[in-house]
Amino acid sequence: MKVKTLLFIFPLLFLVLLVVNIVFVGSRPEQNINQLVQSSIGDASFLNPVLAQDSASSDINSLVFNGLIKYDRNLRGFVGELAESWEIRPGPEPEITFHLRKGVLWHDGRPFTAEDVKFTYDKVMDEKTNTVRRSDYELVKKAEVLDPHTFRVTYQQPFSPGLGTWGMGILPKHLLEKEDINTTSFNRKPIGTGPFRFVEWVTDEKIVVEANPDYFEGRPHLDRIIYRIIPETSLSEMELLTKGIDYYGVLPHQYRRMNEIAFLKTYSQSAFAYTYIGYNLKNPLFQDRRVRQAFTNAINREEIVQYVLYGFGTVISGPFPSHLWYYNPDVKPFLYDPRKARQLLSEAGWEDTDGDGILDKEGKPFRFKLITNSGNDIRRDVGVLVQRQLRELGIDVTFETYEWSIFLKNFINAKHFDACILGWSLSPDPDDYMIWHSSQIEKGFNFISYINPEADRLWEEGRREYDLEKRRKIYWRIHELLAEDQPYTFLFSPLGISALQRKFVLMEEDPSGRKVYRPIKMEKAGLTYDLIKWYVPRGTVLEK
Amino acid sequence: MAYFILKRLLQLFITLIGISILSWVIITQAPGSPIALTMDPKVSPKIIEQMEKNYDLDKPIYRQYFLWIKKLFTGRLYSFKDGRPVLEKIEERIWNTLLLNLVATLIIFSLAIPLGVFSARRQYSFLDNLGTFGAYLGLSIPGFWLAYLIILATVELFGYPVLGMRSFVTEGLSMPEIVLDRIWHLMLPALIMAIHGMAGLSRYTRSSMLEVIRQDYVRTAKAKGVPEETVYYKHALRNALLPIITLFGFLIPGLIGGSIIMESVFAWPGIGRLAYQSVLARDYPVVMTILTITAVLTLIGNFFADILYGIADPRIRYQ
Repeated sequence: MKVKTLLFIFPLLFLVLLVVNIVFVGSRPEQNINQLVQSSIGDASFLNPVLAQDSASSDINSLVFNGLIKYDRNLRGFVGELAESWEIRPGPEPEITFHLRKGVLWHDGRPFTAEDVKFTYDKVMDEKTNTVRRSDYELVKKAEVLDPHTFRVTYQQPFSPGLGTWGMGILPKHLLEKEDINTTSFNRKPIGTGPFRFVEWVTDEKIVVEANPDYFEGRPHLDRIIYRIIPETSLSEMELLTKGIDYYGVLPHQYRRMNEIAFLKTYSQSAFAYTYIGYNLKNPLFQDRRVRQAFTNAINREEIVQYVLYGFGTVISGPFPSHLWYYNPDVKPFLYDPRKARQLLSEAGWEDTDGDGILDKEGKPFRFKLITNSGNDIRRDVGVLVQRQLRELGIDVTFETYEWSIFLKNFINAKHFDACILGWSLSPDPDDYMIWHSSQIEKGFNFISYINPEADRLWEEGRREYDLEKRRKIYWRIHELLAEDQPYTFLFSPLGISALQRKFVLMEEDPSGRKVYRPIKMEKAGLTYDLIKWYVPRGTVLEK
Repeated sequence: MAYFILKRLLQLFITLIGISILSWVIITQAPGSPIALTMDPKVSPKIIEQMEKNYDLDKPIYRQYFLWIKKLFTGRLYSFKDGRPVLEKIEERIWNTLLLNLVATLIIFSLAIPLGVFSARRQYSFLDNLGTFGAYLGLSIPGFWLAYLIILATVELFGYPVLGMRSFVTEGLSMPEIVLDRIWHLMLPALIMAIHGMAGLSRYTRSSMLEVIRQDYVRTAKAKGVPEETVYYKHALRNALLPIITLFGFLIPGLIGGSIIMESVFAWPGIGRLAYQSVLARDYPVVMTILTITAVLTLIGNFFADILYGIADPRIRYQ
């Protein structure tokens, strides 16, 4: 009998527990707290700006740490952060002198000095430190502390992208001096100078930071920011729709649903990235510029943006994101023009002489393989569309995808490919020397083996020039050259979309000291550029 | 018996070394590197080479293997991805996975065995047919799909999805409410993880039970007037459950081995997600250590199943 009772009791207990739970869960109170909840697909790795490489870590680090300088809201020049001001003494060995802000405190109360800057620099340059940041400072000749609030760095040669690298977060010397930076527990409970102080990190669940009351630009208006780690985009969407998160990077296919929700406002902005088709210029098929131009004419990029990105992308004419100062607006993207493409190809000697529908030249049909990495649905869809559009032109394209590391090792780095679909994520500085200069064919990122002496000279000049206006002219000319040569078919620059709850406002003080609310605006430097002014007015709902 | 145990342990040890060498070769020789995973034009190849050196990736593969073992046993094994001690990373998640799997297993056993027994007693009745239908349904429905449906249902019912190990906002809740909240977050993933196992085990129990109640000794017991209840629940059931010992061999590693899909769908911070992330990031120290732990547990599970057989079934003798 006992056994039988047991067999009844277990399922019964289970049912009771479930019911009790359901009753409880139905009654969770709604909370309106002055905080921002964001979501991230992956957990952070290092809360240490020297070591971090992933976006989750970088997001948190930008709240907890400060650089010496940061980009201004239009991403043209810089504004001071830990450095109040700086001057550049040009010359064959230029010097940058940073005058540091006085009275800045670390979150543990110790004062920030130039020694911390020197320490951070030394740590980056230390070969034992597992950082990729070291590439940024390879041209630095020496870095020295002149006094507790003056830091000077001397370069071996003029290198204007070098200035931007001083936006890297600065580490506290007094906490890390005796630690192994690669494995220290500091990387999980960081102390910085930034607007938010680290509170807790629950692995794969959440990271919490709170307002730093002593922040040198004033205490942030939000009380805290929480990063929830949600490993699935569809779950993030559900959390957003049920107010479990406030702010979210929307995928194009989710946009329409988000846009219908009254309590959400959506924003979009060009990303620092573009997608392209790269032609292996070692392959005789692609050595004739007219062939590459014909391809760009034959590929309907507007259609690709429309169908693959749901319209959230901009067709670009050259190697830069279209919303920044170094993108040359005078260079117009090639239009979709299959007739012109056909004409260019026949000028290059490609005709369908045997009537099989495939163009040929000297008895050889125009046939090649287009590859990309698997796991990227956008690139896959682009590939399928391109394949069809080129087929209409009489070109036989096979399209294949490979797992990322195989793709890189066996095809791209081995330069063993005809054409590939890939994308670049860029930084706000236009110096893409590593991608385009002919010296970078062997070991750099010029895997398509592009050589253009004029462009080479301009890339060199661009990174030596500190004057923004002169740099603009240089990069505009590079843009023209690349648009003419079409070593890539530049496809599009995607738009980043984000959705934010309408309850957030920018809170500022007008001259009379009265608090005024303004709507949050998308800046070129991103929606969160003024994050420290964000605020949730309690019980107030802003009108649309 | 003692000789048997000793011999078996030695075999297990050799198997373990074989497993670890084989997995080491497969994992480290697969294409990809922990360092150059992204194409970042701002990173020069020189830096990548230096970092490979820091991680000992430039050394011959057998040296790397021994270094891994040495570091594992001296506690100086750090993850490539976040520089944390590997054992600490595994330890903080193993309890989450254990909890989830333990509850799922409890649900499986406590619901599936009664279901199987009742189905067997009333073979071909409506309830039995319903059970059969349910079992086939449970076996054929993809777990992740069902999980999404359940999450959608919780959104419809309560206004927010059930994710992670606890409600995200717990401020202002009393202690019992927090406990209930934890149970609720545990229950749904565990239930869905259990469905598959339940479907299997209930079928298993049913057929095992049906076989046993046709045995001669059951007929004898009935004939001599033992109450039917006693015949079923005492004599028959015990014998019917004997083959379930085999499941013990899988139970121990099964409790620790995380489920990548369920842990991702429910945002549960368990070992399966860690393993998956580490494979993607080519975080060799973490992947290898998780594999080794799983291998050890599987071997231990098999070992215990062998011993238990000998105890439970007198017909089995060890030489």
